[in-house]
Amino acid sequence: MEKRSSTFLLTVLFLGIALLYLPILVLIGYSFNASPLVNVWGGFSIAWYGELLHNRQLLQAALLSLEVALSASTGAVVLGTLAAVALVRFARFRGRLLLTGMVNAPLVMPEIITGITQLLLFVSMLQLLGWPHRGFTTIVLSHITFCTAYVTITVQSRLQAADRSLEEAAMDLGSSPARAFLEITLPIIAPAIVSSWLLCFTLSLDDLVISSFVAGPGASTLPMVIYSKVKLGVSPDINALASLIVCAVGICILTAGWLMTRSDRRRQLEAQLAGR
Amino acid sequence: MKAPWRPGRWLIILPPLIFLLIFFLIPFVFAFKISFAEAAPRVPPFSDVISFTSDHHLRLAVSFGNYRYLLTDEVYGVAYLYSLRTAFFSTLICLLLGYPMAYAIARSPKSLQGVLLLVIMLPFWTSFLLRVYALEGIIRDNGFLNTLLLHLGLISHPLRIMRTSVAVYLGIIYSYLPFMVLPLFATLEKLDPTLLEAAADLGSTPRRAFFDVTLPLSLPGVIAGSMLVFIPAVGEFVIPSLLGGPNNLMIGRVLWDEFFSNHDWPVAAAVAIAFLMLLVGPIAIYQYYNVKQIEA
Repeated sequence: MEKRSSTFLLTVLFLGIALLYLPILVLIGYSFNASPLVNVWGGFSIAWYGELLHNRQLLQAALLSLEVALSASTGAVVLGTLAAVALVRFARFRGRLLLTGMVNAPLVMPEIITGITQLLLFVSMLQLLGWPHRGFTTIVLSHITFCTAYVTITVQSRLQAADRSLEEAAMDLGSSPARAFLEITLPIIAPAIVSSWLLCFTLSLDDLVISSFVAGPGASTLPMVIYSKVKLGVSPDINALASLIVCAVGICILTAGWLMTRSDRRRQLEAQLAGR
Repeated sequence: MKAPWRPGRWLIILPPLIFLLIFFLIPFVFAFKISFAEAAPRVPPFSDVISFTSDHHLRLAVSFGNYRYLLTDEVYGVAYLYSLRTAFFSTLICLLLGYPMAYAIARSPKSLQGVLLLVIMLPFWTSFLLRVYALEGIIRDNGFLNTLLLHLGLISHPLRIMRTSVAVYLGIIYSYLPFMVLPLFATLEKLDPTLLEAAADLGSTPRRAFFDVTLPLSLPGVIAGSMLVFIPAVGEFVIPSLLGGPNNLMIGRVLWDEFFSNHDWPVAAAVAIAFLMLLVGPIAIYQYYNVKQIEA
């Protein structure tokens, strides 16, 4: 009985994983298709990858997306870590419930709502304050907003697991609370910070809906260009571009996952040694 | 006694609090205000709701026209209902598929769990737009699935999946499945296996033990996962736009068209506010279970 139920579970697990990966694998396969007809296999070729290098519009959009992703993930890591420290370390403060809500709500808020409300904020701010003009700045600000939530969640759980006694010992020995935090706790949560930076980087690089609303007429990020091309149908150069992005993002995520598990293992090992 | 951090505290609390207040919460106030404006041929393209007259009197020009329009034009009601129905059934299918997956991972050896989770997580973080595009490569009329089935002689005509509801369902399930598996795994992993042993010792069949012990204890994960799928799926834009046909009008798509094609910002704002009102309940449920799970 036990055996049969686990066969069923494993079958569903395998099918689910196959569902998640099959489209991506087929896409990568087609990106090496020499034939310009997407449904006919014309032999192996990397011509479509070469074609990408000559597409100025794509390169420009890719550059903008990279700049946005670098700025947004850095900003989000700073704000998200601060929010995580505030929520874990300060049990009671005015606005705690508000901060908890504002950290969690962006995770489920449909992007289309976030996008239009933020755009309306930006145009109203521009009217009242003369800042910010739509483009790079507004895209970065809105990306920081939704990325902060992911950073806070990741760092929060790591911070909760961190042992506070070391920090308290440092303070007993005369270290200031800020110094104790920076020298003892920060290294412990560093892997969570680095991996959430990588996650934010990929989220920002990927965002279509919010960027479309806040970017304004002048600026186009890579997903915006891809979307307008994809709207017209499947094309071989987009297959190549998509494969490149999927691989780059995959490497980022695997690195983030590796950093987290490695630090987990090290912590478990240290706990075992300490317990002996 | 711990040394209190009093003065430095606000240096830590205030930056994220103020930033999120300005860029996440206050936008809703502006959207609410603009939903009472009227479209106007100027920059930005809507009338002032609050303004000052030349003799410094406050002037309010509130128009309920947008909301009246939402109620009278059938498109909005139809789109809301279609979105809710699509999101509901997609969530249900994700749950039926995701639960056994999460359970299988939770019961696999610890060393394997990390790898399996990463395998589930990887698509979750990988470009959403590109994954929907990749799915199109599978299900379009001359795509991978039809080519395969025709080749095997299982069908004589290509299956028409693109631009139908089926494509939209497939797209949502494919994109949101990891959102379901992860919170389910988190609760199933914490489940104490001795409880199941106790149930078995007391003569319970595995099936009964599952429904009496495992399922009730994993309910917080079921709810968190369902909300994580349901709420964004209701507002989904990319999937109905790329995979759906003209009949698969979801509210996200209506809002997008109102904004980008009709350039009617006040109506778009009203659609967003009305939509948000519908989501307040599910979001509150999600927050409640989420906070409970973090504090547990």
